[in-house]
Amino acid sequence: MSKELIRLSHCTVAFDDNIVLNDLNLYFNDKEFLTLLGPSGCGKTTTLRMIGGFLSPTSGDVLFDGVRINDLPPHKRQVNTVFQKYALFPHLDVFDNVAFGLRVTQRTDENGKKARIPKEEIEARVLEMLSVVSLKGFEHRDVASLSGGQQQRVAIARALVNRPKVLLLDEPLGALDMRLRKDMQNELKRIQQAMGITFIYVTHDQEEALAMSDTVVVMNEGVIQQIGTPEDIYNEPKNAFVADFIGESNIVDGVMIADGVVEIFGRRFKCLDGGFDTNEAVDVVIRPEDVDIVPEKDGRLTGTVTNVTFKGVHYDIIVDFAGFKWLIQTTDFSPVGAKIGIKIDPDGFHVMKKSRYSGMFGDYSSYSAEYDEISDADYDPEAALDTAEAEEIVL
Amino acid sequence: MRNNRLLAAPYVLWMALFVIAPIILVVVYAFTSSSGGFTFANFSHMGQYAGVFGRSFLLAAIATVVCILLGYPLAHILSRENARLQRMSMMLIMLPMWMNFLLRTYSWMSILENTGLLNRFFAAIGLFKLINAVGGALSPEWADIAYFRMINTQGAVVLGMVYNFLPFMVLPIHSVISKIDRSLIEAAQDLGAKPSGVFRRVTLPLSLPGVLSGITMVFVPSVSTFVISQLLGGGNDLLLGDLIEMQFLGSAYNPHLGSAIALVMMIIVLICMLVMNRFGEGEEQAVLM
Repeated sequence: MSKELIRLSHCTVAFDDNIVLNDLNLYFNDKEFLTLLGPSGCGKTTTLRMIGGFLSPTSGDVLFDGVRINDLPPHKRQVNTVFQKYALFPHLDVFDNVAFGLRVTQRTDENGKKARIPKEEIEARVLEMLSVVSLKGFEHRDVASLSGGQQQRVAIARALVNRPKVLLLDEPLGALDMRLRKDMQNELKRIQQAMGITFIYVTHDQEEALAMSDTVVVMNEGVIQQIGTPEDIYNEPKNAFVADFIGESNIVDGVMIADGVVEIFGRRFKCLDGGFDTNEAVDVVIRPEDVDIVPEKDGRLTGTVTNVTFKGVHYDIIVDFAGFKWLIQTTDFSPVGAKIGIKIDPDGFHVMKKSRYSGMFGDYSSYSAEYDEISDADYDPEAALDTAEAEEIVL
Repeated sequence: MRNNRLLAAPYVLWMALFVIAPIILVVVYAFTSSSGGFTFANFSHMGQYAGVFGRSFLLAAIATVVCILLGYPLAHILSRENARLQRMSMMLIMLPMWMNFLLRTYSWMSILENTGLLNRFFAAIGLFKLINAVGGALSPEWADIAYFRMINTQGAVVLGMVYNFLPFMVLPIHSVISKIDRSLIEAAQDLGAKPSGVFRRVTLPLSLPGVLSGITMVFVPSVSTFVISQLLGGGNDLLLGDLIEMQFLGSAYNPHLGSAIALVMMIIVLICMLVMNRFGEGEEQAVLM
């Protein structure tokens, strides 16, 4: 097993009375690709800045290789950061940007003498790093003349040239368009494996997190909601928040009748979950792709289609079940107004304990606003709120 | 498009009347004699004013350097403070400029005079007695100092320039430094730069455009000032401004020679600015990015 490299122990960060991180406990393994995932304001960037040395926790400890580094300034830490908007030095060209870290460092030789890194070595290492990020031949370009993706690569090369043990990435793909994001996701994964170092990646994009990470840490309101592999997080969300944030989910109130039997909408279904009290109230997650549409007479539940959106591979269908709207993804077309039945296999149910997030998520009654949210890469919650309000007025 | 042009018309007219026309007048005067004929004669004796030119440019350069040394650290420190303190401080820096330039300079006269505020203060705390006692023990001729000679020196002229033009150095530097993206500083720290390295490799090069415009705004008025040199320098050491003023308003009435001197001065200043802007070109673009 890989060994532990960084540990955050009971870290709390508060600005005035506003608690940004609440008693965070988290460790990072060597050579791991770990993603901190959550909506804006969840504390993920604060966590990253704490590891980078730009702020120290109000209470708690930051340990690096077992040594407490709470008050170690950024320039003495063996971590480097790829900043959200790249933060390339505008007065330096590509080569000088990448060489920056090598030029400012002094290392101690065998005799204990401090010396700058010789010019030839700097040149060799910068060129090597530029080839790692596929930017050979761009050495003397002005950074302003580069595209977003190229600037991103310069930022990565600049951060990697010092051979850090950990690379911190703060929403590095946020400013890129969809296609470039996909390319860069693969590129980042490749670089991480080639360099054999730890990547700590911050994003609000769940798709990105699932695609790249070894471990995903879902955060909200300064508290870790769930830690796990991408598969765990998607298939076994711990609460309604995680279920809603990762992928699309219908979340309904249910009652656990017995191990393997759950009741929703007054009907009992077979499921694979167990270990709850008899008749315990639970949250039940049903992923849109796990619902099969069948003729009305064959369905365990029946409802009316209220909205159909063609998404290419499948249709997004909103179905009204006695006032509760579900999202169903299917390759079969059903027209608006059609009465349909549904069937769900036992492995389509995921039962969760009630949490403080129960009842807050997983309802598609305000589908159009939700739809904007999932299709828009640069999702801005405030703007989404505005749209929702605007629609209410129209209605 | 047409609309925009129409709106710009008053400004174009203003510029033509009060900027272009005077420059043309200066050029015309410089190349004509009092009888109205074309001549180079106004320039033929320019060499005799070399001392005045040298002194003016030297004093202006000293004042500019002092302004940088005082203004840069001030602007830099301020830019890291909170917004309220920054606004307050900027207002305090601007405050003296709400008062008339002449009044401010006169008040320096009364401070620096031989019987002025500063000398009276030194006398009151017994500084001269102390110096006379110590000096008298060494040599009798050092035993009767009654005041420091501060007014009517070149030092006082430089002081006047610095005092009057310092805000013009602080403001542009402050505005450029406070616009430097905070994440650039963090990136430099992150890459291993110590605070001194962050300053030398990031803050300083990115703030040069502010320094350059500060230099322009201090150096140019310093070179041509005549009020400061007359009030604080006592007219002992003639500066360019005094020289030109004399040709227009003073005893040596000769607007043609005055124009010629003004023209030569303008050209030298222009060359200085061109050289400096060429030097700072790269950085200028960097900040526009």
